[in-house]
Amino acid sequence: MLGEGILKGMVETARNFAGSYVSKDRLTTVEYPEERIAPKENARQFPFLVFDGNDPMAGLRCVACQICEKECPPKCIYIEKSKDKKPDFVGKMQFYPATFDIDVSVCMSCQICVEVCPFDAIKMDQEYELSNDDRFGGLLLNKTRLAKSNEYYGKMHPQEAGAIDESRLKTKEAAEAKVKADAEAKVKAAAEAKAKEAQPPTAPPNKGA
Amino acid sequence: MSTEALAEPPKNYEVRPKSSGQFEDDMGELLEVSMGPHHPSTHGVFRMDVVLDGERVVKLKPVFGYLHRNHEKIGEGASYLASMPYTDRLDYFCSMTNNWAYALSVEKLAGLQVPERAEYIRVITAELTRLVNHTCLMGFLVQDMGALGTPLMYAFREREKILDLFESLSGARMMCNYMRFGGCRCDLPTGWLEQAQKVVDEYPRFLDEYERLLMGNEILMARSQNVGVLPKELAVSAGITGPMLRASGVNYDIRKVDKYGIYDRFTFRVPLGDHGDVYDRLMVRLLEMRESLGILQQALKSIPDGPVVDPRAKLRGFKPKAGEAYGRIEAPKGELGFYLISDGSPNPYRYRVRPPSFVNLTVLEDMCLGHTVADVVIILGSVDIVLGEVDR
Repeated sequence: MLGEGILKGMVETARNFAGSYVSKDRLTTVEYPEERIAPKENARQFPFLVFDGNDPMAGLRCVACQICEKECPPKCIYIEKSKDKKPDFVGKMQFYPATFDIDVSVCMSCQICVEVCPFDAIKMDQEYELSNDDRFGGLLLNKTRLAKSNEYYGKMHPQEAGAIDESRLKTKEAAEAKVKADAEAKVKAAAEAKAKEAQPPTAPPNKGA
Repeated sequence: MSTEALAEPPKNYEVRPKSSGQFEDDMGELLEVSMGPHHPSTHGVFRMDVVLDGERVVKLKPVFGYLHRNHEKIGEGASYLASMPYTDRLDYFCSMTNNWAYALSVEKLAGLQVPERAEYIRVITAELTRLVNHTCLMGFLVQDMGALGTPLMYAFREREKILDLFESLSGARMMCNYMRFGGCRCDLPTGWLEQAQKVVDEYPRFLDEYERLLMGNEILMARSQNVGVLPKELAVSAGITGPMLRASGVNYDIRKVDKYGIYDRFTFRVPLGDHGDVYDRLMVRLLEMRESLGILQQALKSIPDGPVVDPRAKLRGFKPKAGEAYGRIEAPKGELGFYLISDGSPNPYRYRVRPPSFVNLTVLEDMCLGHTVADVVIILGSVDIVLGEVDR
């Protein structure tokens, strides 16, 4: 019969229409500003800088090694190395970024900066409501706007953040143990030197005699 | 040009557009129309110079390059890794297969081995991408025929489920940037396989629904059968690949021919068309989706545990030894190949993409001649182009 196929299709449309009232599977949209779908754990938007402790600027993990700047495909990261150094979490003196800018209007959220960072200092954010009326300044994030706490990162990726914290703690403990061992060795060496000094020299040099 | 020059037409001014002469008809004049999706806000801009005799096409010239963004030259200036996210943007419906093709050629160049589990993940994501691409194409093609809205919305509803899978796997829905040289970027998140299994199990229901909705539809058949026929010989000699070639009845699928990855472990059939018209191209894609679901079922059942990346692969300072490699895969649109020449430096000396859409577009005129303007739209739709890939 001519038109049979069309009728069959109409039945399918009707079934979907009626189904959208009863089956959640057929009605997939949500009313956005009132209702939000929670982001997936792996979801990524733009990078941010992780800091430890309470002071965002003092606790930045970034040591301005500029690897991410070099590897970034669209070159949206701009870093200026500091002149002076500050101690990092193990107490080693490191540079820090005097300037760290990310132009998110250029960034393409590829996550390569995160992958290449050897210090776990840069991670991907899930913040997506970034609309701004300032086209240039509003989308050029400086390091104050980029810095976010480690707790914030831990909330997004509990497992990964936990693993990173654990390895950092281990490194720190190892470093502290090394410092302690060094100090002990120093004390021991000093004591030995002292003991040597205390001993009267067997053959005092008789210079000029 | 000054305003005076505009005021007076030149001496030999002709109102009639010039044509090549061989289509000149004593009965009427030829009309030259500029057709195509060329609104600047569409993500692909493409133009066809169509010469019409009445409503029949007598000449067609595709004009492209509006979306050219120097992809290959950028690839030569950037490191090997930095080109990976750019390949997502070639055919933005199928970022996973683009990643795979590029990773495959770099692996050939650098001699990296892909671990078992990563191979399975690649097959699973590539077949899911095929589902996304063909589902969307069917929606778009039917919309081009005039069925506005409904079929496309159904297609997008199903695509959404797969994009959700991609998002929970790679972090992004379309620009996945998931594969790496020698494997994949990260392992599957917990529960991902179960979610994927659920989607794969439910997909045939949608395909049945779609088939009932459209494939017996008399209007669709009248519009698409015997329209835009691509003869077998022409398809082969023009280098057409993918579903378009198979709709013309040529049994050529790189998954079967090259057996790249681990495709030799799966049993699947290659659907072929008889007539090579628009309807066949639509139908071949529908059948291909069913075969993809079969591959997915097999892959999801047999995926082993293990590492997902070759430990020899380096992220930073990756420098393959000098040489050249061509890696190709069966992307949803056809043969997608990357040709790389390395001179031992961190970036390729030559980086060339062999895009399926671009090559498939070359036979557009042959398919359109003699058809009406409305048919040109659906013939273009059935070629399945993405301008990001055509223009690069």
